[in-house]
Amino acid sequence: MTEHTQADTLASPTRTREKLLSVRDLKVYFDIFPKGAMPWTKPRKLKAVNGVSFDLYEGETLGVVGESGCGKSTLARAVIRMLPVEGGEVVWLGQDLAPLKDKAMRNHRKDIQMIFQDPLASLNPRMTIGQIIAEPLETHYPDLSRAEVKERVAEMMKTVGLLPNQINRYPHEFSGGQCQRIGIARALVLKPKMIICDEPVSALDVSIQAQVINLLMSLQKKMGLSLIFIAHDLSVVKHISTRIMVLYLGNVMEVADSADIYRQPRHPYTQALISAVPIPDPKIERNKEVILIEGDLPSPINPPSGCVFRTRCPRAEAKCAEQKPELIFAQGTHQVACHFHD
Amino acid sequence: MLTHKKTNVEKLAENLGNEPIAGRSLWRDAMHRFSRNKAAMAGLVVLGLIVLFAAIGPFVAAWHYSDIDWSLMGNAASAGQPSIANGHYFGIDDLGRDLFARTVQGSQISLLVGTIGALIAVVIGTLYGATAGYFGGRVDSIMMRTVDILMSIPYMFFLILLLVMFGRSILLIFIGIGAISWLEMARIVRGQTLSIKNKEYIEAAIASGVRPFKIVLRHVVPNLLGVVIVYATLLVPQMILTESFISFLGLGVQEPQTSWGALINDGAGTMRYGTLWQLMFPLGFFIATLLSFFFVGDGLRDALDPKDR
Repeated sequence: MTEHTQADTLASPTRTREKLLSVRDLKVYFDIFPKGAMPWTKPRKLKAVNGVSFDLYEGETLGVVGESGCGKSTLARAVIRMLPVEGGEVVWLGQDLAPLKDKAMRNHRKDIQMIFQDPLASLNPRMTIGQIIAEPLETHYPDLSRAEVKERVAEMMKTVGLLPNQINRYPHEFSGGQCQRIGIARALVLKPKMIICDEPVSALDVSIQAQVINLLMSLQKKMGLSLIFIAHDLSVVKHISTRIMVLYLGNVMEVADSADIYRQPRHPYTQALISAVPIPDPKIERNKEVILIEGDLPSPINPPSGCVFRTRCPRAEAKCAEQKPELIFAQGTHQVACHFHD
Repeated sequence: MLTHKKTNVEKLAENLGNEPIAGRSLWRDAMHRFSRNKAAMAGLVVLGLIVLFAAIGPFVAAWHYSDIDWSLMGNAASAGQPSIANGHYFGIDDLGRDLFARTVQGSQISLLVGTIGALIAVVIGTLYGATAGYFGGRVDSIMMRTVDILMSIPYMFFLILLLVMFGRSILLIFIGIGAISWLEMARIVRGQTLSIKNKEYIEAAIASGVRPFKIVLRHVVPNLLGVVIVYATLLVPQMILTESFISFLGLGVQEPQTSWGALINDGAGTMRYGTLWQLMFPLGFFIATLLSFFFVGDGLRDALDPKDR
């Protein structure tokens, strides 16, 4: 709880913009039944997200990075309540979404939209793209006439760089980049305040990645959107994010401004991650020092005691196994969860 | 001429940007693949002819299916062969009734039983299975255990008991067959739904706030319809077979009405007296229909699921 107040008092003076989303101590656990379990056997808990706290301000982009299986997507889905929340708060514009019933949550969905990883799989193959983009409109504004819906769909298609005459085509007739534009159009058609992008470009070509990222950034500027941008590609995240949050095994390791975290990563895990980013210059690339992290990600069913990163950390000491490091302010708005941070 | 052409091209170029382009839906692709499958198309044609036969047969027949030709009664074997001259195109049955008219009538009943049974299965089974699969958890357990219990009832026994208790009627056969046929369909649909509900477009629909029941109808059902259609085409002959079996036991439709099963039963009974046509005509229609349905079902499966060949 101390960390709760700390975050509120310390983070706000530097920012004048409105706080949209405030996540506190969010926990998402999954029940794991061992093989051949009896119906009355107690399940084991897989701690996919274990006490994550962060804030999102109006118009900013929060990048979420971490290796696969660290709970990035689970975090995103729990924030928009597509997964049951075990504990913690998700405060959206002053209201806690976590205890809301599905019905009450549905009213908030028009402000929070999502873009998915696999562009083609996120579009229903039996619907035309006109129907796909119109669906959120029809759901939240059932009174709109058919002509109005069609007009807004056409307008949205132009905004994301699709020709409006493609309205009657089916998803399989488009390329991956175009499909992702359709996904973006569907997310934007309700004029939401926040969009969660769950690895929106990792299934695309590098050249198309740039197009989609730039489109997202220009739309963000135009519509004043806030983004939560999940990715495992650090250079993409650096390009789009205002702030970056590093996750490891369902825990926050470090949160800082984008430039800050790249210039001076303070957590040993972040340092290793950033040292692994390839530099597009063979001379520098060859001479750069890469910090290797040994071993595999520990099992989230049975996470290490104390600091979850200690099993692979080059700086781990006895204290790390005993006491879990709090997320503290190292300098300015730079937060880090490590006993021995730089 | 040249200028005229140019304006046409210009018009085309202008219109290219504005006219909505018609998309090619997955259904259209499937229909195209289906139309290239020769066996399935042949099956479809045969089925069409049989339906036509059942529909316009009564107007072609010279006799009513319940009327007895007193002049031929009693000597079916010697004078009752198929003949154009006396209007008995398929000959007469053992009682002296016109077999052509009776085959037409039997086809109507059998096709009706098959399609209505399959239709009940499709509607109830699809909605039931999709609901159970989509909502999952306890709803799923209760709904599917109910299906298991219903399935454990020996249905032929149930149907026969029903017919013995309430008397023979075609309505009862519809009800009995319909009540049973949707169970298997519900299971198949539930299985498909389980795989569909984890697709990203379902997640996208949930994220944009679409109501659960609408998700089932708009996103789940259209995507499992392919499997349903294939299974339904294979279900129709199964229904016809069930009805025929019950009729063969003598419990099916009420005389003077008839069905393929009842006609085959009669024909098989008089086989040894040299009136083979009484067996062969209904049997021919029966086999042709079953085979056609199987071919069509097979073709549909290949067309709707090109990866699965």
